[in-house]
Amino acid sequence: MNHNTVTNKEPLIRMVKRGHIGKKRAWTIRGIAMLISLMVCALVIVGITGQNPLQVYAGIIDGAVGSNRRIWVTIRETFALLIVAVGLVPAFQMHFWNIGAEGQILMGGVASAAMMIYLGDALPNWLLIVLILVVSSLAGLLWGLLPALFKAHMNTNETLFTLMLNYVAMQITTFAIVFWENPAGSNTVGIINSATQKGWFPRVLGSNYGLNVLLVLAITAAVSIYMKYSKQGYEIKVVGESQNTARYAAINVKWVIVRTMMISGAICGLAGAIIVSGASHTISTSTAGGRGFTAIIVAWMSKFNPIAMLAISGFLVFMQQGSIQIASQFGLNENASDIITGILLFFMIGSEFFLKYRLEFKHRKENAK
Amino acid sequence: MSTPAIELKNVTKRFGSVIANDNVNLTLEQGEILSILGENGSGKTTLMNMLSGIYYPDEGQIFVGGREVSIQSPKDSFELGIGMIHQHFKLIDVLSAAENIILGLQGEEILKMQEVYAKINELTAKYGFDLDPKEKIYNMSVSQKQTVEIVKVLYRGADMLILDEPTAVLTPQEIQKLFTVLRNMRQAGKSIIIITHKLNEVMELSDRVAVLRKGRYIGCVETAKTSISELTEMMVGEKISLDIHRSQPQDAHKRIEMRGITVRNKEGVRMLNKASFVANSGEILGIAGVAGSGQKELLEAIAGLQETETGGEILYYAPTGETLKLTEMTAENIRNLGIHLSFVPEDRLGMGLVGSMDLTDNMMIRSYRETGHFFAHRKAPRELAEQIVEKLDVVTPGVDTPISHLSGGNVQKMLVGREIAAQPIVLMVAYPVRGLDINSSYTIYNLLNEQKEKGVAVICVGEDIDVLLALCDRIMVMSGGNITGVVDAKSTTKEEIGLMMTGATKEKADHES
Repeated sequence: MNHNTVTNKEPLIRMVKRGHIGKKRAWTIRGIAMLISLMVCALVIVGITGQNPLQVYAGIIDGAVGSNRRIWVTIRETFALLIVAVGLVPAFQMHFWNIGAEGQILMGGVASAAMMIYLGDALPNWLLIVLILVVSSLAGLLWGLLPALFKAHMNTNETLFTLMLNYVAMQITTFAIVFWENPAGSNTVGIINSATQKGWFPRVLGSNYGLNVLLVLAITAAVSIYMKYSKQGYEIKVVGESQNTARYAAINVKWVIVRTMMISGAICGLAGAIIVSGASHTISTSTAGGRGFTAIIVAWMSKFNPIAMLAISGFLVFMQQGSIQIASQFGLNENASDIITGILLFFMIGSEFFLKYRLEFKHRKENAK
Repeated sequence: MSTPAIELKNVTKRFGSVIANDNVNLTLEQGEILSILGENGSGKTTLMNMLSGIYYPDEGQIFVGGREVSIQSPKDSFELGIGMIHQHFKLIDVLSAAENIILGLQGEEILKMQEVYAKINELTAKYGFDLDPKEKIYNMSVSQKQTVEIVKVLYRGADMLILDEPTAVLTPQEIQKLFTVLRNMRQAGKSIIIITHKLNEVMELSDRVAVLRKGRYIGCVETAKTSISELTEMMVGEKISLDIHRSQPQDAHKRIEMRGITVRNKEGVRMLNKASFVANSGEILGIAGVAGSGQKELLEAIAGLQETETGGEILYYAPTGETLKLTEMTAENIRNLGIHLSFVPEDRLGMGLVGSMDLTDNMMIRSYRETGHFFAHRKAPRELAEQIVEKLDVVTPGVDTPISHLSGGNVQKMLVGREIAAQPIVLMVAYPVRGLDINSSYTIYNLLNEQKEKGVAVICVGEDIDVLLALCDRIMVMSGGNITGVVDAKSTTKEEIGLMMTGATKEKADHES
């Protein structure tokens, strides 16, 4: 036995688990993380472009909230992201890893575009909009139902299943675009009903996007109440935490999985309608625009708290909109915004580690013999 | 006196605000068997994990053979000659004993299995193990697997051994065999620490006993100069009576009758084999057996949570005189009859409770459907939670705390409390006191007795035979999915039950003992 290999040295850095951490302290840590992330972003900007980072940040703010129109675009995008995150909450609380929101949004989007194109002249506008909301929800519901049925009855892996359905939705969208091409040969759908504005959300609260905000707020509130106070919300949590316990409590686990994914898919499908009818008035394969994935981060980081989800959605969209502005202003590539968002997320998620652990550094031992 | 094998000085380890070990001092002399005694949560395992390199102490010093050391990984611990045998075995099923024993060792280029076998055989002969090095792990019993673990650390040259609750999974006969081996090792100069909370084993085996309570070192006494009641007092901090009051069963009627029930698991292995028995009202029927002998399947079959093979039936004789076939009913309907299962699985929260939910929400797991329409009502469950907290002295910051934040004993009180609050006619509990401290255990025993006196048919799966003997009226013994017999708890012996646990029928056990 070689006793000399084990030396009398303390490890340099050790992780120590924290006990309870006060709210004030937690937010201080998050605040510090945010500051550091902004500094790192500044360094990167200086390193790549040689621009003054303060100017760049001013550009970001200008891009996000610099004018009335920009403010409304930021709000519109924030709520589009929020509703997708809200849609994911029931599935995630059930520990059903729905990463197929992207596809569910697209299906809802395609459904609303179809309604606008085919029924635009046949129905009064209010009825058309109600129909758009219903049909797009059903389309999303179907996209949520498929993986849920297979999960419930054959225990397939929902992560792969929902991910692959995204590609199917993408193909369906491409197919529909070929069908609805306008003008011919452009390979895009163009603005649907640009002359009649049929199927477009009406102006509410003095803005084109007022209805978007109201709809999303209503659904956010409804889902929060559903999860917190309803029996179904309770069942979702039991199933998510322990299927054994759910079985013991005589909860119909299969039905809960199917029902919850129908709700989750329907909300994401509705998000598709809000994006298509309420904002872009067109459909393309980038209609979902990665929101289905960004929303996963929003939902988890906020720990499903609706207020936190709104705040995080707002922050991410603010940075994205701002980055689009600096990209054109300083001649940066559009990917600059991705880099900045990436750095911010890294620090925001990383700060959660420091809420649970603290580091202890080596301290000298005076009485070591 | 020679230098001690291991010496801990003022060792402290914290997890967040919880102090797992507070200024602990401990000495292991060369060639002795030291018991570390303490209730669950007293910090025994944490302390030993610092010796085996899994945790690093926040404060304090560790000396091995008189030298101060810093153990940063299990590898360091090994090089110091410390070998730990964990409660959960870390073996590869498809390999043989010898292959598991040399796993991870740096050998020469060419593996000479014959030499390995010879060395293992030499060790087993020296200490009196019973082990075939060529045997595959999957063919082995729990006790044989444990032998492999012990030989593994000896093979690597450990001369200080730490065994974490080594007897929890063994039959009384296997425990005796293990003790013989440990004594042989002491004879050969090895120093041994054994962690346990079974007092009679401490008295029988060890030279000295160190007692921990709530993370603090209480003291160390020589076994020969102490008594069970003194040790209990050190462990719990107060004098307590260790007698379980057992009343004579009154007015016993047949309640549950199982006839020829067979259960297979997902892999098609028979977990329960043509089981038949009767449980009566107003009595406690104990079920003894090594873990995994079919106890869980038996209870779940009654509760309607297990698919059973056709051919068998489970009858329920209701107090109203009706006879119902449980095998044809759903879990929900069975429960509505008043047949309640309170199963405390190994991971405690795995079934019956939801760890991340607060106490209130955990109270309504069964009853949430009964009131209201769309929204769940939380007033009644909240009151129930508050009642149980008060009546059973549950330590919790409040009923809004997630139940996983509570200690094991308190979790169990909430679970058993909930089941009893539903006024069952048949109450089935599995391992109701697993991991509980002595006081809580006795609270649970009293609760079960209370139910029995009310005329409830209580079925209790237990692990400590001494407790089953003191608590139950009849004891049913299981082995490998078979019911090997039912004995009268007042007239049977521990040896008889032990033999039946290994598969001997009652007649054979009577003959041998």
